[in-house]
Amino acid sequence: MPSLPDMTTPNLAALAGDATAQGGHPAVPAPDAGQPEFTEWLQRVGDNCLILGHRLSEWCGHGPALEEDIAIANQSLDLIGQCQLWLGLAAEVEGRGRSADDLAYLRDVLAFRNVVLVERPNGDFGQTLMRQFLFDAFHLELLRGLESSTDARVADIASKAVKEVAYHLERSADLVIRLGDGTADSHARMQKALDLLFPYTGEMFADDATDRAMANAGIAPLPSTLKPAWDAVVAEVLTAASLTHPGEVWQHGTTGTGGGKRGIHSEHLGYLLAEMQFLQRAYPGATW
Amino acid sequence: MYAQLVKSEGTANRDEMTPEEVAFQDRIDRNEKIEPKEWMPDGYRKTLIRQIGQHAHSEIVGQLPEGNWITRAPTLERKAILLAKVQDEAGHGLYLYSAAETLGVSRDELLEALHAGKMKYSSIFNYPTLTWADMGAVGWLVDGAAIMNQVPLQRTSYGPYSRAMIRICKEESFHQRQGYDIMMKMCAGTPEQKAMAQDALNRFWYPALMMFGPSDKDSVHSAQSMAWRIKMNTNDELRQKFVDQTVPQAKFLGLTVPDPDLQWNEEKGGHDFSEPDWSEFYAVLAGNGPCNAERLGARVKAWDDGAWFREGLMAHAAKHSGGRVAAE
Repeated sequence: MPSLPDMTTPNLAALAGDATAQGGHPAVPAPDAGQPEFTEWLQRVGDNCLILGHRLSEWCGHGPALEEDIAIANQSLDLIGQCQLWLGLAAEVEGRGRSADDLAYLRDVLAFRNVVLVERPNGDFGQTLMRQFLFDAFHLELLRGLESSTDARVADIASKAVKEVAYHLERSADLVIRLGDGTADSHARMQKALDLLFPYTGEMFADDATDRAMANAGIAPLPSTLKPAWDAVVAEVLTAASLTHPGEVWQHGTTGTGGGKRGIHSEHLGYLLAEMQFLQRAYPGATW
Repeated sequence: MYAQLVKSEGTANRDEMTPEEVAFQDRIDRNEKIEPKEWMPDGYRKTLIRQIGQHAHSEIVGQLPEGNWITRAPTLERKAILLAKVQDEAGHGLYLYSAAETLGVSRDELLEALHAGKMKYSSIFNYPTLTWADMGAVGWLVDGAAIMNQVPLQRTSYGPYSRAMIRICKEESFHQRQGYDIMMKMCAGTPEQKAMAQDALNRFWYPALMMFGPSDKDSVHSAQSMAWRIKMNTNDELRQKFVDQTVPQAKFLGLTVPDPDLQWNEEKGGHDFSEPDWSEFYAVLAGNGPCNAERLGARVKAWDDGAWFREGLMAHAAKHSGGRVAAE
């Protein structure tokens, strides 16, 4: 493996300092004061968009109908666009001279902060839509909360993204309803998708120290406060879809130290990154 | 050119035409657009269905070679651009299937013919995309060759086809530029990147020339299609134009066109160049290209795997009649 300085070097700040001293790199701006939690949190938001956007892009050319192929590519594009903004801000707040691309392409699996739900494999189109619905309902509530963030940069990104995500939810909820209440086969597939994915939804609402720091600073709502609204939307849509709510089931990543938000992922993410990061890893330093 | 070897029906000979056919030909000769509900010779309708259908199939099969690199695009911006580009191709398929529907053939019927191997798509999409430079070469050469054919087709006689072409051409010229932009970046990059770019040109040059189809200057089918203004130029004219446009672009990139006999011919005001290996072209059309099985297999799989989804939506729409219309 060739050397991969941006992601494998633990003391980047020291290295950057050395490089500056040698005149090799321009001085990097100082990190936003005392905000490692902010960087951490921005990566959570940005990585959710990146990984889900990537998963959706896997469908391009393989959708069940031309209209769906186009629609899912649109959502993927929205999410990749949002990820560029969130990770761009994460890099800015971090203040170590990294870019959104550096974060996307040069971090290894333990440094990713997305919830495990979004890295789940696409499965059939029903599983893709169910994953999308469960995430969209959370995503929309989160972005609505972020529109009144005390950080203007966060509020700006959120107010752009919220329009896109409102449409994502409209579409995914509509399709979940139609397929749940379609044929016996489509109903069974959607129920299976729901049962498969529901245990990964709890992580979205599990508060930790980073979340509490963001809430205390008025930057972001505490995730647990988004749950009642999400519960209401999910219950309404599942009822309309004639699907059975899984109820109180085990929720991955909500206890102990696990969970994607803290960098403990499923085995699937490593393969996703191996594919996504291939060119940057194989040709370090090249520009594309 | 996304339509190759389209068999034309009918006669270009005025003495053999019925009065209706003569009147129809006169309208075309006056550059009038023919619209869906108007009378048209059966041969005109059938030839157009074949041509537009083949073009539509080429758009959706054409998603696959570039789709092959979406998940491996090297930056977030490149990923978004490539995804948007491949999504455009799906949109082109949609316009063209819709144009074909105005002639009385459904999208499902055309897809069934594609899946059964009864209808073709462009030979070019049966070649593999092996490196990121192929994303550049496909945009530059394949979209570039397609534009050569599609720009004149904006003036074709059939109204819906002509209007679809106008929309498509706007996007295709952007596609070609994004391909060339990738090539410029690769050629100005590391030695490995430059080598990838040269390799991509080496592999795609002759397949791109084949896109125009074999010489058809003496073809009866072409003469009829040209009389009907559903084919605007001969294959050789378009190929020559493509070579003359592309050679200086390759030079600008610092790449070598893989043709030792390529040279400027002052007298004809164009390049002399080597013919592609037409036996390879016919082999690819017959199903023996490097990726025929994968490409058609991917389309059939997408369709079969999606059956439950389409049926579910139709069932829901039927249950809630008066409600929204399902995807198809």
